Order: sequence, then structure tokens, then C-alpha cells
Amino acid sequence: MSPLLDFYAKHSRLIDQIGVNAILALSLSVSLQAGQLALAQAAFMGIAAYVSTILAINAHWPLIATIVVAVLVSTVVAALLAYPVRRLRGVFLAIATIGFGEIVRVVANNLKITGGAEGISSIPNDATTPVIYGALALVALALFALSRTKFALAVALVREDEHAARGVGVDVGAIRTLSLALGGAIAGLAGALYAHSSFFITPTDFGFVRMEQILVWCVVGGVTSPLGAVLGAALLSVLPEVIRFLADYREITNGVILLGVILFAPGGLSSLWRRGTVRVRV
Amino acid sequence: MSLVLEDVGVRYGGVDALRGVSLTVEPGRVLGLIGPNGAGKTTLVNATTGLAPLASGSVALDGRRIDRLPPHRIARAGIARTYQNIRLFGALDVHANLAAGAIARPGRLGRAELASLLERAGIAGLDLTARAGALPYGDQRRLEIARALAGAPAVLMLDEPAAGMNPSETTRLVDTIRGLAAGGIAVLLIEHDMPLVRAACDSVVVLNFGQTIARGTPSEVGRDPVVVEAYLGTGAEALG
Repeated sequence: MSPLLDFYAKHSRLIDQIGVNAILALSLSVSLQAGQLALAQAAFMGIAAYVSTILAINAHWPLIATIVVAVLVSTVVAALLAYPVRRLRGVFLAIATIGFGEIVRVVANNLKITGGAEGISSIPNDATTPVIYGALALVALALFALSRTKFALAVALVREDEHAARGVGVDVGAIRTLSLALGGAIAGLAGALYAHSSFFITPTDFGFVRMEQILVWCVVGGVTSPLGAVLGAALLSVLPEVIRFLADYREITNGVILLGVILFAPGGLSSLWRRGTVRVRV
Repeated sequence: MSLVLEDVGVRYGGVDALRGVSLTVEPGRVLGLIGPNGAGKTTLVNATTGLAPLASGSVALDGRRIDRLPPHRIARAGIARTYQNIRLFGALDVHANLAAGAIARPGRLGRAELASLLERAGIAGLDLTARAGALPYGDQRRLEIARALAGAPAVLMLDEPAAGMNPSETTRLVDTIRGLAAGGIAVLLIEHDMPLVRAACDSVVVLNFGQTIARGTPSEVGRDPVVVEAYLGTGAEALG
């Protein structure tokens, strides 16, 4: 066996996790770029994971079809969530969306169809490494294409100054809803891939700890940089394997890294290569 | 397109910020809006642009009521503004700020149009890649005007554009404002700088405690004893 294949055989699970986590980080990055501290990504991920799993196990749908439906459902849920939280900003938005995440987790914990607290097992492992990284590439390409549109400019304007954005004709409510829905779609994709690359899923997979992880990846990478978010996710997914002797203290190490970044590189990893000035060319 | 405010009233809690104010801003002309601090000048701009709800009266652009539209649709209808406290997108560069002004228009700004916008605002040759928030104060004021012009507005509302400018910058601003009106834009100018108002405005409306106390040409208003009493004081000769 070649060293590369040998490496893959040893670490395929971690490699797949990095891909899924990178997609998750991109999903939160979309909301953060619009200045929305909306922390419901783990819930969108969970909803899509359950939808895709139930369709695969109960209805025997093929992977692609389960992913499409799961992404549609998570997108609609995210768009609907945007309405009741439309007037909330900053920490109030964060608390409301975390609350929504808890509701989703508790509901999943108590429904028969989701398997309750024990979750669902024997999920077909058909989200292979090429499928996961193909999806990541697709998301990255779509976001890159989007970054050259007026939507991206409007997102940047809403983040910078909602009041002035309205003054130049931006429908702030629509931009906030669209960015939350887009984030929900991407988180849904990650959720479906997560389910189909794991043997089983439980409600705790999509709880507050997962959400906190996704936020930390984005803060470490740089909240307004998609590439930074991906790097943050990759780095913090690999780190526990590198420092296995601290495995029991994963949340503590995450917290220490987060504090370090906030104190010494507030712009995250992306500030190492990005200028302070934001350029949006449309 | 003319902007017509009729009998406009705005209430903040129990306070009448504006009461029964009527005015018309016509294409190709500059209407000055003056009055002491707290007279309701900025409130009038906010009411026109949808940021302050009307308690009474109406606002119409080209004969069409716009006072029930949300702010972004009023902007898209053709009303642009600048702010008393500059509200550029400070972290974005000059180019992105100009593109922001044109976001509601189809297509994108070409090189020639970018250069033209900067020239019309009196900052020709400004570095398009410079961070807007790091520009000198006067350039920021003018970039805000250029951003407003980028949307090709029918009505431009300038809220104290000369604030913080030195005398030579203010003199250049007169040429800029007259140039915009000459191009067919209806301009509403809020200012405390009376020589600027006299030089730039075709007519003036004076507010005090949310009500109109005088209107006319700058020289007529400057001689009005009510205006002198309420606002101009010994500076009345500046308008006369």
C-alpha cells in the first residue's frame, strides 16, 4: 500500500470530519458576514441529518435525493426562523437562536421517529470522502461566485451599517433572511453528509456544544472570511488528534485557543493575509 | 421630479418634532432648510426618507405618495441623502462605497462613471482602493455626496455637508452643490453656514420648534425679523 493510501486508511474518519466541519464553518460564516450572530447552525444541521437519515432508512431513498430534500427542509426552517428574530441583534439574536437549537434538540430527544435520546443507528455510510469534498468544493465555488454579486455587497453593507444600507436602497430584512436561509442550506448539507458518514446520530450531536464548536472555528479563522472559517475548522478538527493526551479537556483547549485568538489576533487567522480594508467588486 | 411635503407632522412620544411643515423641492433648484439646533431639520429628512413615521401629512415624489414606503424603497424611488454624522461604510474602500450607492441600479459602475462621480463631488482622482474610514474628514463628506449621486437620484438631501470643513473647502462645496442642481437634481440643503446658504440656495425655509417660521429667497429670509429673533441674531447680515 502506498504511504498516501496508508495515511488515508488510518485517518479517513478524521479526513471526512474535516470536510463536514469545513462546510459547517462556511454555513455560519454566511450569517456572520451579514453581521448576524445567529447560532442555530447545529439545529439546521440536525434537522437535515434526521430528514436525510429517515428518508434513507425508512423510504430507502438514494443519498442524493435525501440530501436534496434535507437541504430544502433546513433552508425553509432557517428562512422561517428569520421572521420571528428579524428585530433581534447581537447577543439577543444569539440567545434566541441558541434557544431554537435547544428546542430542536429536545424535540428530537422525544420523538419516536428520531429514535429519542438513543438516536438512529445503521445509517448507510454512503457519504464517502469524494462526496464530502465534492460538496465542499461545490459550496466554496457557489460562495465564490456569490461574492462577485450585488448580494455580497448588500451583505457587507448590512454588516457595516444597517441604517446607511437602507439609505442606499438595500432591503435589510430580505438580506438578513436570505443569508440565514443560505446558512441553513449549507448547514443542512453538512448535516446530511454527517449522518451518512456516521453509523448513528443522536440529538446530542446537534446540541449547544456542536454550535459552540462551529462558532469557535469561525472566530479562530476570522468571522468575515470564508477561507478563514474553513481553516479554523480544519485546524481545530485536527488539533484534538495532535494533542490526544488532552482529549478529556477538549472544551477547555477550545476555550483557551478562542481566548488567545480574541486577545492576540482579533481578526482571526484570516487577518494574517487579509488587508484591513474590505473590497467588494460588483 | 419634484419632492412635495404637505402638512407633515412627526411626533416623538408626546413631543411634536415637526408640525404642519409644507415645502417643495424642485428639479434644478437648491432649497435651503435652516433653523436652530432641535428645530426639526434632520427629522424632516428622516421623515422624507422613511426613518421617522409621519403622524400627519404626506410626502410625494413626482406626484406619487411615498410616505408609507419602507426606507429602502424610498431610496430606490430616487431620494438620496447624506448624514449629519457621516455614515460611510468605513471598513469598505472608496470603490465599494460608490458601488453601494449604485446598488439599486441595474448593471455596475464603469471606470469612467466612477471617475465622473468623484469629480462631481469635488474629489477627482481620489484613490478608489483607499479605506473610506481613513480618508480626511472633508473627503469623507464629499465621498458621501458621491455615494448619494451614484444612485442617480432625482432628489438629494444634504444634511450639514459643510460641517467640519475649512473655508476654502466650503467655497468649493458651493460650486459642487450648484453643479448638482444645474444637472437637474432637486437639492435640499440643511446648513448652519449662512454664507454657504446664501451662495448655494435659490430659496430657504426656516424651521423653529418643528414649525415653519419663514420662507423666501435667502435675502428675504435674512431680513425677516422673526428669523432674526429666533435664529440668526446678529448674524442676520450673512443672509442679507
